Amino acid sequence: MSATMQQTASARPTPPPPAAATRRRRVRRAARSTGFYGFATALAVLFLSPLVWSSVRSVTGGQATGGEGTYGTKNYERLADYGEGLLVYLWNSVAVSALTVAGTLVVAVLAGYAFARYEFPGKNLLFLSALAILMIPHPTILVPLYQLFGYVGLQNSLVGLSLVLVMFQLPFALFMMRNAFEALPKELEESALMDGCTSFGALRRVLLRAVLPSMITVGLFAFLASWNEFIAPLIFLSDGAKFTLPVALVSLRSGEFGSVDLGALQAGIVVTAIPCVLIFLLLQRHYMRGFMSGALKG
Amino acid sequence: MAATSTTPAVRPGAPPRRTSRRGLRGLVGLAYATPAALIVVLLFLVPIGMAVWMSVNDWPLIGEPEFNGVDNYRAIADNQLFLDSIWFTVKYTVVVTVLYLVIGLGLALLVQESRPGVGLFRTAFFLPSVVGLASASLLFYALYNNEYGPLDDLLRAIGLSSGNPDFLGTPDNAFASTVVMVTWRFAGFNMLILLTGLQAIPGEVYEASRMDGASWWQTLRHVTLPLLRPSIALVLILTVTGSLLAFEPFYVLTAGGPDNSTVTMVIAMFREAFTLFDLGRSAALAIVLLVVLVALNAVQLLVLRKDKTR
Repeated sequence: MSATMQQTASARPTPPPPAAATRRRRVRRAARSTGFYGFATALAVLFLSPLVWSSVRSVTGGQATGGEGTYGTKNYERLADYGEGLLVYLWNSVAVSALTVAGTLVVAVLAGYAFARYEFPGKNLLFLSALAILMIPHPTILVPLYQLFGYVGLQNSLVGLSLVLVMFQLPFALFMMRNAFEALPKELEESALMDGCTSFGALRRVLLRAVLPSMITVGLFAFLASWNEFIAPLIFLSDGAKFTLPVALVSLRSGEFGSVDLGALQAGIVVTAIPCVLIFLLLQRHYMRGFMSGALKG
Repeated sequence: MAATSTTPAVRPGAPPRRTSRRGLRGLVGLAYATPAALIVVLLFLVPIGMAVWMSVNDWPLIGEPEFNGVDNYRAIADNQLFLDSIWFTVKYTVVVTVLYLVIGLGLALLVQESRPGVGLFRTAFFLPSVVGLASASLLFYALYNNEYGPLDDLLRAIGLSSGNPDFLGTPDNAFASTVVMVTWRFAGFNMLILLTGLQAIPGEVYEASRMDGASWWQTLRHVTLPLLRPSIALVLILTVTGSLLAFEPFYVLTAGGPDNSTVTMVIAMFREAFTLFDLGRSAALAIVLLVVLVALNAVQLLVLRKDKTR
């Protein structure tokens, strides 16, 4: 921070300093810069090393190679056959994430549009109730939800689980989408209506494109949250064939289907983490928008 | 934020319409909001009501529930596992809140200035936060395993440990090991919140402080921190709530052990429901947690609100 101050200070109109002083200052700045890069690099190594270790460990060591060569995919092969099979868990996780992202987007886009452009009875009450979802500890309503799902046959259902995850995403998503629609000029939709679009047609053909960046942000948050969710699937899913990746991996750790296989566990962690890391790196800009929007302050 | 902006139902400049037009627009708006309303009512409000109802019933996981008044709440006084978990959870919350704030602020100050490559550092510090908490717990479970992980060799190599450190074997070690894990997982997330706040502070403020001859430390204490209060409050709210409700780190990493020494309030609630199959008592614990957290959040939000108007 002191460097910032130095920069702003040097921007002040001052008489040109003597050459020796300039040189001294330049040396000091270079030293400080080296210090920054050295320290920040060390910290970056510290933060990244567990992830790197896990990736490397998943293909090295006796469990991975079976004793031949330096690298091997035996951990992944065992993971593929673990329990119901990796593909089953992967599919479940993909299904839950896709349903949650799609559900969150549909619900939040429609409601965000309503909140930004329409007056309707119960508007404020609904908005406040949705925001209250943030205030309530999620684990406390999972047991009653589990019981209620039992009455309607949604226990042990990926659809039921996704519905709950959509509900958890709703406050953030609704807030983001309402702001996105409010930021649009009214003329956009009016000219669409003039051209004979219905209200829904205007939303679908014109407005949706304009709020796409916010939709990406909402979708990204919904994906990360649903892909990584643990306690909700742990409670709602009782059948091993329905487990999502995190739940399957934790049951691997507790040795539910035999002894604890740390090699296969590493492979599983890598498989679970890679989509999140890749998608985040790709859409980083959109993630930041979620932070800047103040929606997290709900 | 609570107050929703009011959009005029009739567009300004438009010729006066029949009143039914207004009613129609209301209906259209309501139609758009219906899916959200259904989710809020069916998946949020009804379950809360259900939780209250369950908490006043003897409600086994399998079998017929029976009304029993406040028995479930009375039973909390005898629930030693839960009572012990309160102190443990509060201790954990205090420790990680301080750590998140200090480390998050340190990181944010470090990468605040834009210079070549700083984005890479920000990304590196943040990357653990996109890994799921359960996956992170599993990763550290393997790291802390002496036969499998490199940590014990590493500690011996730099002379911090001589024997075979048991990272999860004693209550204190299990606690510290978990704190290290969650700090790794959440530091970057909190850095990002504080960084957002730091970048909202105009540069002139620092310049003025420098003109007044303030040192780095004085500037931090008297200029940066007061202006950063909304962001700090946000970190506080998220951390306090998240830590009081901690589940994954202890459920996965330590499994509540050794000897139930790392059982959090939510784990105690979970066990009541799915180990002891007593959903009624579990619901009573849930209601207690819910009331406490709503009150706590309300107080913290009020503080945050007040800061915003400064």
